[in-house]
Amino acid sequence: MAIKPDTQPITPDTFLSGIWRENPVFVMLLGMCPVLAVTNSVANALAMGLATTFVLLCSNALVSLLRRQIPKEVRIAAYIIIIATFVTVVDYLIHAISLEVYDALGAFIQLIVVNCMILGRAEAFASRNRLSNTLVNSLGMGIGFTIALLCLGSVRELLGAGALLGYPIFGQSFEPWIIMLLPPGGFFVLAAWLLLFAWLKESQQRRKQAAAAAPQNGGKLGGASIHAR
Amino acid sequence: MSALHIKLKTSPHLIQAVSVEQIMRNVVYALLPVCAFAVWHFGISALALLVTTTAACVGTERVINLLSGKPSTVTDFSAVITGLLLALTLPPAFPLWMAAVSGIIGIALGKAMFGGLGYNLFNPALIGRAFAQGAFPGAISTWTLPGHPDRFVEFLPSTLAIPFTRPESVDGWTSATPLTAWKFQGVDTPSMELFTGMVAGSVGETSALLILGCGLYLVARRMMNWHIPAAVLSGAFITAGVCYLIDPNAYPTPWFVVLSGGLMLGAVFMASDMVASPVTRSGVWLYGLLIGFLTVIIRFFGGLPEGVMYAILLGNAASPLIERITQPRPYGTGRRRPL
Repeated sequence: MAIKPDTQPITPDTFLSGIWRENPVFVMLLGMCPVLAVTNSVANALAMGLATTFVLLCSNALVSLLRRQIPKEVRIAAYIIIIATFVTVVDYLIHAISLEVYDALGAFIQLIVVNCMILGRAEAFASRNRLSNTLVNSLGMGIGFTIALLCLGSVRELLGAGALLGYPIFGQSFEPWIIMLLPPGGFFVLAAWLLLFAWLKESQQRRKQAAAAAPQNGGKLGGASIHAR
Repeated sequence: MSALHIKLKTSPHLIQAVSVEQIMRNVVYALLPVCAFAVWHFGISALALLVTTTAACVGTERVINLLSGKPSTVTDFSAVITGLLLALTLPPAFPLWMAAVSGIIGIALGKAMFGGLGYNLFNPALIGRAFAQGAFPGAISTWTLPGHPDRFVEFLPSTLAIPFTRPESVDGWTSATPLTAWKFQGVDTPSMELFTGMVAGSVGETSALLILGCGLYLVARRMMNWHIPAAVLSGAFITAGVCYLIDPNAYPTPWFVVLSGGLMLGAVFMASDMVASPVTRSGVWLYGLLIGFLTVIIRFFGGLPEGVMYAILLGNAASPLIERITQPRPYGTGRRRPL
């Protein structure tokens, strides 16, 4: 096994890439199953995000520590066993802490084990980096995932129940949009967020292009070249 | 661009080509009598609904045109049709703000998202209504009495609900539609009342006679494929007839099924959507029969009293596949290509 000496320093990007540039939900579109299924309220989204972050952090730490011991041929099976261990821990933990949350999340706690974001991080990052880098990166990814779930959960709970974390925001006379709590609502809200981020990214690129084009033609043709794009 | 516009056409030049805008304008003409009857039947609440959804649809179309930097497509009248059709499928007491939301969703999600007119996979008006059905199940199944004496002087109490608030109840105005009366109370409505439209129901779905007449106008102008409504209605009639023959006590007569609810409006004005329906002759019949069959299945065995909307949306979804199956084989190309 030829693992190159992993001595890359920890940069701010190690942490931030999971939150913005490589956000697991909004950029890489990984782990869609919990994203769409359990984000019908902020509380569920938060619980799911924290549980996933815990599993991500612990399993990737272990994968990183064992990266020289795990044979390449059976690495996926080894990763899955490590992840499953921590999913079981989280499963019992949530069951013990709050039966209400446990019932609301249902099978999706156990399904963290097949969340491709976790396996993807283990394969792409933890198996090639030392423990400190892995911990920082996993924490960023976990926070990015949690933020994304909260983005969906808050919009869906706000429109679907007129509340945030169970506290009514719009008062008693608010007419809830039931569809936002149902599966289609998950798709609608996810699509809307993706649209927003795509639009932000595009306008950012456009500005960059315009700035690059400005010195050559005095900024006059900047608008035209954008239009033709 | 230069001011000079030269339209190039291939021969023969004797035949006048029909533009999208002409067809759409004629569909609007055909819908006007239905709208007029709806306003006479349900009063100013129905008028307010028609105006609101049309304004919402046209406004959304314009805004999306502006945002995407494309030329305005408002003048082709297709957004007007979507707005009118959406209002015609809503209950008269539907709050205006919900109607506006449905109109916006219908155009944005049902049409613009797919690339505009000609690319929409589903009928945009029905997308809007399906959203309303999912989001506001209470308001969309509240039906009111037709021909109320005060209908021209006051709005229904729920019509003018403040946006995002729960509408007031319409006690004293409520009434069951023929379909809900049959499904939940076991009461039959005479076919003649259904035919003329003197019953409760959605704004524009009640009068089978008027809808058929308006459809005939479009068929006479050759702006609608009459095979589609014929196939939808016969599909529903045959399915309901089989059920009725098996157990006349449990199921209504096929005439009741064909004349009640939104089947007539759906068959004539929505299933026949030029974009979302197949083009081959046998495909059109398959598509129509499927919609009629699904409508009756949903009505008889589903939880909802009415199934036309979902049946047409499912038919729309199936139409690319239907087209593929029924594609004619060019002469001399041997056996049918496997799918």
